Amino acid sequence: MFSLERWLEVFEAISKNKLRTFLTGFSVATGILILVLLLGVGEGMKNGVEEQFQQDATNRISVYTGVTGVEYKGLNPGRRIQFKNQDYDLLVKNFGDEIEYKSSVYRIWTGLASYKDKSGSYRLEGVLPDYQFLENAGMIQGRFINEEDQEAFTKNVVIGKKVRDELFEDENPLGKLIEVRDINFKVVGVFQDPGGDREESKVLMSLATMQRVFGAGQDIRNLSFTLPKEESFDIALKKSNALISKLEAMLKAKHTVSPIDNSAINISNSIENSKRFYDLTANIKLFFWLIGLASLLAGIIGVSNIMLIIVKERTKEIGIRKALGAKPMSIVGMVLHESIFVTAVSGFMGLIIGLVLLEFVGPMINTEFISNPEVSFNIAISTVIVLVIAGAIAGFFPAWRGAKIKPINALREE
Amino acid sequence: MIEIKDLHKSYKIGKNSLHVLKGINFSVEEGELVAIMGSSGSGKSTLLNILGMLDEADLGTYHLDGVEIKNLTEKTAANYRNKFLGFIFQSFNLINYKSALDNVALPLYYQNINRKERMERAMSYLEKVGLADWAKHLPNELSGGQKQRVAIARALAGQPKVILADELTGALDSTTSYEIMNLIQEINDEGKTILVVTHEDDIAHMTKRIVNLKDGVIIDDRKVKQVKALENV
Ligand SMILES: Nc1ncnc2c1ncn2[C@@H]1O[C@H](COP(=O)(O)OP(=O)(O)OP(=O)(O)O)[C@@H](O)[C@H]1O
Ligand SMILES: [Mg+2]
Repeated sequence: MFSLERWLEVFEAISKNKLRTFLTGFSVATGILILVLLLGVGEGMKNGVEEQFQQDATNRISVYTGVTGVEYKGLNPGRRIQFKNQDYDLLVKNFGDEIEYKSSVYRIWTGLASYKDKSGSYRLEGVLPDYQFLENAGMIQGRFINEEDQEAFTKNVVIGKKVRDELFEDENPLGKLIEVRDINFKVVGVFQDPGGDREESKVLMSLATMQRVFGAGQDIRNLSFTLPKEESFDIALKKSNALISKLEAMLKAKHTVSPIDNSAINISNSIENSKRFYDLTANIKLFFWLIGLASLLAGIIGVSNIMLIIVKERTKEIGIRKALGAKPMSIVGMVLHESIFVTAVSGFMGLIIGLVLLEFVGPMINTEFISNPEVSFNIAISTVIVLVIAGAIAGFFPAWRGAKIKPINALREE
Repeated sequence: MIEIKDLHKSYKIGKNSLHVLKGINFSVEEGELVAIMGSSGSGKSTLLNILGMLDEADLGTYHLDGVEIKNLTEKTAANYRNKFLGFIFQSFNLINYKSALDNVALPLYYQNINRKERMERAMSYLEKVGLADWAKHLPNELSGGQKQRVAIARALAGQPKVILADELTGALDSTTSYEIMNLIQEINDEGKTILVVTHEDDIAHMTKRIVNLKDGVIIDDRKVKQVKALENV
């Protein structure tokens, strides 16, 4: 393998047999190219489906407070627990790395809002900017509450679609002032919510504004956050459970609540809903792995065939070489050396063409169910290596048979 | 140099077997130039291939330069072919993608001689057969006679003890044949042992001994007065 003489011999055979080299290289390169594209499209399809069903995947966790159920450390049961901004800060400080979107919420269940002669009763909520993603609210006009609204206590509100329809009818609400509980707020955005009418009958403002304007001090009603998507449902479930129990223990300790109290602090999560999503993506993955394996197998068979043909084509040459004193192993080595070299080089060429295509053409493909097709470099390289090794193993047998054939029979071949 | 006793060989063709060599006894001294003659199908090539270890006999013994050729491993057989034997074929059997020089150098590659020395030695043999100027040419750019000269140079390159030639002039016109035979005679004059298979009388008489095969046995084996090929050219 490492003898320079052998390399020279192989290079000579390669460069003087251009057609054979080209045909072998071409079929290996196209095989790898197709495989890479296929894996890429598979990944793209997975991405597309994940995007489509993204919101099903998010595990949304909400923490509410209630009244204590058991006596603890000399404190009587029946005590109401109240979250403050500090509880949110504590959440961010301790779990900021593990969570994705987060917001604390202050809520007034009914608030009268009016514009000109129209009015209605809506839920009022003070929220943080991330709340948009927690609720999957889509902006149909303007923008959502932002950091500046929070920091400068602006009297800006974002209203649900239903609120807009009732108060503004066909009028453009952006920039208009509405009166909420006798205070004027400016509408900066309109959102819709997959949750429908009930979720769209809300008037949202920044938490800081709400706490100040409605005299809520530091109070918050709940903490909401999401956990990011994981590799599998099992991992997601494990992480979710671990985080919930740590969070619960932490909040209970802070508010002097008994560890066995199950009414003072309630944590709900939506992980069970995400199981379907994880199952779907796992199936897509499995499907494309199977297709990938099948085409890899086809590639291996293809390479083996090529090897068979090459050895057949070289039988006479093998006979000549044996007559001149070539040992069987040297024949096998020569055939394998050449074919491994050619398959490896052309395999990598196919790989690179495939990756380049995916890199530049991939982003242009963005249909509903295929998005950003790509393939992991490691996987792609492994397929090439597998193909080369398999080709070598598959090529060994015809090469060995070719080397074992009686020289006189090999020479008779035309 | 060569000593065979009671050599038998048959070919299996389907269920039948064709008994080609039926007990050949024969020996060749060092420096001889022997022609093996016989009608077509008499087993000349079969005998030569066995002598050249390209094929194996069914029965009998074969000693080459005192070494018994029997039950050899592939590796040893390859080694002996490389060191002891040089072949010249009717159809030349040059490797078509290698230049004349590289073809001649090939036996030396299998003797693990380094590239530089290989090329030097190969070149000297090409000079010997008068083809130094054609060293870089591929076989299909050469005439039949030139190809056979390249093949002769290749057979010599490994410095074998015996050269075996099967119908080496079979594909050549008579003038070219005589030139090739002249070369063979020169090589023999330098002391090399050479066996040629031929069915042409004039070629046979350019050797020093004619062995006649018929129906798988030697019917005649006699020394002849060598005709110098040069006289015919
Ligand atoms: N590989 C083989 N399988 C079967 N039969 C064979 C094989 N090789 C040779 N024969 C048969 O053996 C016999 C002797 O063949 P061989 O080639 O030795 O003859 P030859 O004397 O060289 O003839 P020619 O002058 O035509 O070259 C022939 O009848 C031939 O058909
Ligand atoms: Mg013959």
